[in-house]
Amino acid sequence: MEVLERVAFYVMAVLAVISALLVVVNRNPVASAMSLVGAFLAVAGLYLTLNATFLSAIQVLVYAGAIMVLFLFVIMLLNLEREPFDLPGIGRIAGFGLSVALLFSLISLALGAVARPETSARGGSGAEIGDVFFSDYLFPFEMASLLLLVAMVGVIVVARRRKPEEEEEEQA
Amino acid sequence: MEENLLELIILIPFASVVVQYFLHRVLPARLAGLIACGAVLVPFLLTVVVGRGIGAAAPQVPAVTATIASWLTGGGLEVAFGLRLDPLSCAWTLVVTGIGFLIHVYSLGYMHHDPGFKRFFIYMNLFIGSMLALVLGDSLPLLFLGWEGVGLCSYLLIGFWFEDMNNARAGQKAFVVNRIGDLGFLLAMLMIFQTFGTLDIAAVTNGLSAGHAQGTFALGDARITLIALLLFVGACGKSAQLPLFVWLPDAMAGPTPVSALIHAATMVTAGIYMVARFSVFFALAPVASAVVAIVGALTAFVSATIALRQRDIKKVLAYSTCSQLGYMFLGLGVGAYGAAVFHVVTHAFFKALLFLGAGSVIHALSHEQNAMKMGGLKPHLPRTHWTFFVGCFALAGIFPFAGFFSKDKILGEALLGHGWLFPLVGVLGLITALMTAFYTFRLYRLVFTGPERLDAHAKKHLHESPATMTVPLVILALLSIGGGALSLPAFAHFDILGDYLRPIFAPALAVAGEAAHHAVNVEVALMLVSLAVVIGGAWWAWNRFARGPGDQLPLPQGGLPFLLENKWFVDEIYAIFVVGPMRGTALLAGFFDRYVIDGIVNGLARLCDLCGAVVRLLQNGAVHTYALLFIAGAVYLVCSLL
Amino acid sequence: MITVVDYYVVASILFAIGALGFLLRKNVLVMFMSVELMLNSANLVLVASAKSFDLARGSAFALVSVAVAAAEVGVGLAIIIALFRLKATVDAEEITNLRG
Repeated sequence: MEVLERVAFYVMAVLAVISALLVVVNRNPVASAMSLVGAFLAVAGLYLTLNATFLSAIQVLVYAGAIMVLFLFVIMLLNLEREPFDLPGIGRIAGFGLSVALLFSLISLALGAVARPETSARGGSGAEIGDVFFSDYLFPFEMASLLLLVAMVGVIVVARRRKPEEEEEEQA
Repeated sequence: MEENLLELIILIPFASVVVQYFLHRVLPARLAGLIACGAVLVPFLLTVVVGRGIGAAAPQVPAVTATIASWLTGGGLEVAFGLRLDPLSCAWTLVVTGIGFLIHVYSLGYMHHDPGFKRFFIYMNLFIGSMLALVLGDSLPLLFLGWEGVGLCSYLLIGFWFEDMNNARAGQKAFVVNRIGDLGFLLAMLMIFQTFGTLDIAAVTNGLSAGHAQGTFALGDARITLIALLLFVGACGKSAQLPLFVWLPDAMAGPTPVSALIHAATMVTAGIYMVARFSVFFALAPVASAVVAIVGALTAFVSATIALRQRDIKKVLAYSTCSQLGYMFLGLGVGAYGAAVFHVVTHAFFKALLFLGAGSVIHALSHEQNAMKMGGLKPHLPRTHWTFFVGCFALAGIFPFAGFFSKDKILGEALLGHGWLFPLVGVLGLITALMTAFYTFRLYRLVFTGPERLDAHAKKHLHESPATMTVPLVILALLSIGGGALSLPAFAHFDILGDYLRPIFAPALAVAGEAAHHAVNVEVALMLVSLAVVIGGAWWAWNRFARGPGDQLPLPQGGLPFLLENKWFVDEIYAIFVVGPMRGTALLAGFFDRYVIDGIVNGLARLCDLCGAVVRLLQNGAVHTYALLFIAGAVYLVCSLL
Repeated sequence: MITVVDYYVVASILFAIGALGFLLRKNVLVMFMSVELMLNSANLVLVASAKSFDLARGSAFALVSVAVAAAEVGVGLAIIIALFRLKATVDAEEITNLRG
């Protein structure tokens, strides 16, 4: 059991890191998006190893499903081409160096953390999360729904195709 | 009842101003003029009604008081729009409204063709209102308000024909010179408040008398002397005394009725009023009184000398006004308060008469003012001529015209005064009387007799003035003849004005000691001497200018006439010692402002601009730059947590 | 034994890769994807930490965060569409309208 858990963790972790790297490295946005699906799924797997089963399912549904579909739609809508390769400038080199610095500082921070015994009071099942949401966190839950509604309206307003006369008005 | 009437006296002119101002588009010119005249006549009648009641009252200074509204309240200060009609202010109010009414009527004719007719009457009413506030105000701030109000009206009316830059400049000059005096008045006011803790005039003067009686303020107290001198500085500005008299001759740029009303009969006597009102201060400060007497005598003398050589008919009268005001101050300075006020009254009669007569001449000659280009007007302007003639006699001070009595009272008190100073200024006054007679009849000769020296332009509309102008002249002429009856010499025991004013000056005279009564023969002898001097001067001028001036009778040349011709170079001295340094300072200040102050400000702005330009490089709009900095910050935070 | 530290390390790596992508890529869409990666790594830390306290609560937190992410993605993509209409490009280096 113990071994199986370790294997699962490492597989998922490696998969996540590789997919993430592919997202960054790929010059075709569609390929990046597909790699991102992989990364999301790997993170969902990591949730599973943490026993957060409900969250894992949501991760697959929302991220790998809805969000990715959105990304793909947009990519296709914009009809993007491969990004041309150009030589790294100062900004790029600085960005790379900074990212490495961030990596090492974060890892050293993580390694400094003390592992506490895993004594979770409750599990991560849907029932238990529902309990939490409908008792202590009712207000944040409702606010989340409101946020989604507002975002939906906002998206429609922002992305809507303007009528020509409206366009003129705005430019005036 | 009387209180309400008193309030009406001052409110009517202001109400008239408001009505005329807001209805000036609808009101026909004639109606506006009639309203303006009525707004002066009614207060005059009301003053007669109210003033009659205050003559015979208790030992206290008889007065009617009224409070219109509260004005300044705060801390220990309580000043109301309070009015106070006592014999002194009553005398002034009667002169202001009485002469004012006649001049208003006269203006109906004089300003008839002027496009600014309505504006003129608004200013005139405003002046009357302000002057009444000055005279009737029971507190120093209200007096000061009126003081500034009449100054404003004077400025507005001097520059009435402001299209001509010279007129506007003359108005400005009057305003600025008056400011110098006002500063003195303001300082005096503050010192009075500091000393007495109140600004109520009656309270202040009573407080001073009481303080003297209790020994708080000794004779010659330094503080009182300083207050008196500061008050006199204010009076000098308003009443055109040395060295602040330069504005008055220039003020003749205004319409002639204005010169008559403001710059001869009423406003310029505000300084006399103030000194008379605060006579206790001057009585307690012999030094200040001496200064008043000397300045008055010198002004009288210097102005008279200048008047000897003036060509402009109005300028002669203007310098004569300065000179006569000097007489009044001389009287105040030697303690002849009643005589000074008497002279104010008679001077108002005959100087208004002379100015209006001059205006009538100017009107007839289509605005010709140079006396050298007149002459022989006697048959053309019969009424103007004889009234002017009367005015000349009164101004010269020939028995039995009004000027004789008032001038003689002052001279008598000065010449018979104690010490060496009073007789000295008296002699100066006597010499002035000689010159006054000379220049008066010189003017008369030049204008009305001798050969005609008129321009074709002046000749074109030569006509006697309409009744609106000549009737006031006649009335004023009658007053100039009979005005002396108000206050006959002491031995005649007939002194209406003096008896009326006695309670006002009683405290001052109690401090300084009542003037000694002189023997009748001394007074009569003095009168005869001054009369002889005056008649001599008149006779001299009469003969000398019998055939007009100019080539028939060349004017004397030389140093002194040159000096007089140029008015003692007072304007030039001002230009060098006052205007020049001011200009220099202004230039320096302007330079400092433009290059130092503005330099600092602009430098700061440029510095900000520079900083902005540097910081702007960061704000390049590229998301990557922001993200780079952002993540650098994150790295720093994480590292600091390590 | 897999401890919370291991999860932290994985999350750190994912976060750094996200940052790298955001800093190096010019395509706004890919930059946006990188942001999603960073968000995921943060969620992972949240859940891993919750294991030691109360997993249900931690999951609830993470769920709200997912909801916010969903809203954010929607709005962000809408903005990208509008931007593309305006500029006809998704190159972040060419979009510098806010230059001071």
